[in-house]
Amino acid sequence: MRHHPSTQYFMSRRDLIRSGILFSLGLPFFRLNESLGATLAHAPKQRATSVIEIWMWGGPSHLDTFDPKPEAGAEFCGPYSEAIKTNVDGIRINSRLPLLAKQADKYSLIRSMTHGINAHETATYRVQTGRESGGAHVYPSIGAVVSKLTGYEAGYQGLLPPYIALTSTHGRFSEEGFLGPSFKPFATGGDPNAQRFMVEGIISRSISDQRQTKRRQLLQNLDTLGKTHGDHPLFREFDTSTSNAYDMILGEAREVFDLSQEKDELRDRYGRHSFGQSCLMARRLVENGVKYVTLNAKGWDTHKMHFTTMEQKMPQMDQGIASLLQDLDERGMLDSTIVWVCGEFGRTPKVQWKEPWKGGRGHFGRCFSALVAGGGFKAGQVVGASNSTGEEVADRPVYPEDLIGSIYDRLGIAPTGRMPNNLGLDIPLTPKSKGPGILSEIM
Amino acid sequence: MKTPLSKRHSTQLASSFWSVFSLLFLLGLASLHAGPDETAQQIDRIINRAYRATNAKPAPLTNDATFLRRVYFDLTGTLPTLQETRTFLSNKSSDKRSALVERLLSSENHVDYWTLKWCDLLRVKSEYPINLWPNGVQAYHRFIRQSIATNKPYDLFAHELLTSSGSNYRVPAVNFYRAVQEPTAHSISAATALTFLGTRIENWDTEKQNQFAEFFSKVAFKRTAEWKEEIVYFDTRSPEEVKTRFPDGTAITIEAHTDPRQIFADWLIDDTNPFFARVAVNRIWYWLMGSGIVSPADDFGPHNPAQNSQLLAQLEQAFILSGYDQRALIASIVSSKTYQRSIPKKPQLSYAEYNLRPLEAEVLVDALNQLTNSSERYSSPIPEPFTFIPEANRSIALADGSITSQFLETFGRPSRDTGRLDERNQIPNDAQRLSLLNSSEIQGQISNSPLFRQIGKPLRKNPSKVVQATYLAVLSRYPNKAELDTALRYINQAGKQSRHAALDVAWALINSKEFLYKH
Repeated sequence: MRHHPSTQYFMSRRDLIRSGILFSLGLPFFRLNESLGATLAHAPKQRATSVIEIWMWGGPSHLDTFDPKPEAGAEFCGPYSEAIKTNVDGIRINSRLPLLAKQADKYSLIRSMTHGINAHETATYRVQTGRESGGAHVYPSIGAVVSKLTGYEAGYQGLLPPYIALTSTHGRFSEEGFLGPSFKPFATGGDPNAQRFMVEGIISRSISDQRQTKRRQLLQNLDTLGKTHGDHPLFREFDTSTSNAYDMILGEAREVFDLSQEKDELRDRYGRHSFGQSCLMARRLVENGVKYVTLNAKGWDTHKMHFTTMEQKMPQMDQGIASLLQDLDERGMLDSTIVWVCGEFGRTPKVQWKEPWKGGRGHFGRCFSALVAGGGFKAGQVVGASNSTGEEVADRPVYPEDLIGSIYDRLGIAPTGRMPNNLGLDIPLTPKSKGPGILSEIM
Repeated sequence: MKTPLSKRHSTQLASSFWSVFSLLFLLGLASLHAGPDETAQQIDRIINRAYRATNAKPAPLTNDATFLRRVYFDLTGTLPTLQETRTFLSNKSSDKRSALVERLLSSENHVDYWTLKWCDLLRVKSEYPINLWPNGVQAYHRFIRQSIATNKPYDLFAHELLTSSGSNYRVPAVNFYRAVQEPTAHSISAATALTFLGTRIENWDTEKQNQFAEFFSKVAFKRTAEWKEEIVYFDTRSPEEVKTRFPDGTAITIEAHTDPRQIFADWLIDDTNPFFARVAVNRIWYWLMGSGIVSPADDFGPHNPAQNSQLLAQLEQAFILSGYDQRALIASIVSSKTYQRSIPKKPQLSYAEYNLRPLEAEVLVDALNQLTNSSERYSSPIPEPFTFIPEANRSIALADGSITSQFLETFGRPSRDTGRLDERNQIPNDAQRLSLLNSSEIQGQISNSPLFRQIGKPLRKNPSKVVQATYLAVLSRYPNKAELDTALRYINQAGKQSRHAALDVAWALINSKEFLYKH
């Protein structure tokens, strides 16, 4: 991953450390590849350097989170008959999100997300890539594109892979699309809320550093085919990957995953659950230069027993996201870090009370909500509006490509730039919007 | 050009001839007709001439151990067991290589592994972005597997895929038309061109693309009451005849009541078709040798000529004469000296050499599980409730490209989105190295492996025996003197921790290039 075959004049991070360049420039450091210059043309406007995407896997109800409709009655809002005020005048959110209510001056809400698709796979693809499904090509997710344009090929030399998924990849679509497998996110595995966050491959419970070092030597000594065919290009790449891997296993990268380095009080604030500790982990990753973190938060596909599940999930969501925004702000990182929270769709505003749902909500792609914060986006704003029941977009539809294009823009990547590919396609990064376009009102 | 009808008769004849023949083959009587494989000899003659012309020298023949490992992986996607390795290496008979090839070609693992290759090409995958529901995927996979198992002549196989009509749950071949990203003539023609003509339609000019799409302009789909079932059929409602051109430029007018797919399929599988057999033999060559004679093997065209057109023509001719017998072609290639040569220190004529390449993700996971008696946990979020696969299931036998595991994804399993050969990732990356070098899963598998425990029993009395057996199990060969000494020194230095050290030797071999690559 770190090594890229097409980058001819590539220096490994170790080479850089050896030559002292890295220290003189400080970590992390980036070198823009000249061929990307066109896409990154208006870099001066850039504010954000990293993205944290909190993906509400399954599709969270917009009515029960960021777009409450207490006036619509129990038929629509079930037991949530109250919305609470936030610290921004005129913005109300669900009463089960009191901590997020205190941070509303740090984020903006989009209440008019729309694409009209009600199937998980196609809706996920739609929101993650900004493209309509079908067609001849399989597009990459926004994370894969950011990783392509700001990762190794652009000179990224961070300790960790530039695109990381906490803790598993998406599963319902392939993030890398036509960019190919090198642009799949590195999935950590493990549980950040466990005693020790066992990141697959990096953190090893049972093997001491001494044994690691001895084994590594043994492996080198027994690598007979590697010795007889050492000049083979495939093997050279393999060796580079091996030493990159050992940089992570034995080097400082593993410290990044050690949440015990954080104060207990802060860890408590984020919440002692997988979601909260994943949010904290996301902050640590970004702090260490990672370009794009996807936090795949599962369990939002609440067809049955919807309200029971929401009672359990919302306090965790509230704790994790509110603490992340507050923490990023306190560390002065919010300006350079975009946080966005969204699922593939919302959920049917009308509650399905009958069997077999017993108070459930179905898939709803016609109107849903998203949260965006940091990275130069204005905060304390609401973009667009749904109608009185949350069933229709009433004002200013926002399509996935608008949101994605706006994020590119804040990263200094022109959304009208060219989509990188080796298929000979000459197409813009984001397609022409079906609505008013990028979120200029909060940019 | 023969008439389509006579071609169909002749292929059916060939097919019934073949079923008798394959019966003999399975009974072990094939040697009656065999003798030295003529096609194999022709391959070697052509390649030797090519070497002479370039003043290069081919690499020497491999030893038995390398050959054993190579054919096991290439024909069955499976690591030979410790016992199989011992038996083969100690076998003194002179025809043991050809006997092994015959045995492997008639094994279930061969069927599973070559089905996997075809499923990659034919985009066998649930839902997104390929629009198949799992029922369709299972039916499609069974059809492909059955075709490989019976060694269905390739021309019949292609014809069936292209001309079938009916429900995609009941007539599995029609899934060829469903396993595309959008149900349009253009999307279908792109998939057809890639699969059977070995070309990327995006390289054609627009007029030629449109002409080709005409053959699929009357393919229609209709839903049934069954969830996501679809009927694929020839839409006869259009009263217009189709006027278009075959990909070779020949003009054709197809009457309104004739299914244009049928006309195209008949043209495609005709013995005189300049693309059909050539693309198929080149792809099989690529699968076995690791490089196509035309390379990439799915990018035929004037811009990308064959590196040895004589060889390609020879293979094509042999394939047609055999009645499009894929298994016979595989047997010929692996019987050639060309296939049985060592990896050269430096690649010279890469199409003519056995190419280094990583074990496929599915093959690697199966090999690791075989060494450690463990299993992979597969799952798929399609459909809901989520699908889980029995733990004993081998990776190479998985039907659905959406059923996966973190390991398979990390190690470059193809997405089956387009069917292009380069969807399978061959480039090593950091995540793969981390996983094998240091993941708790691999570490746990090695530590708890009943096989390594068994192998390690005589460690105190006879550590050499342990090292030898570890080499045989993992690398399918005996260690040389230097390797044995290195391993023994490592074990001795560990003192009381010698059991850990012996497992470290297994770990080191599993992490060696020799294990992770086909060579």
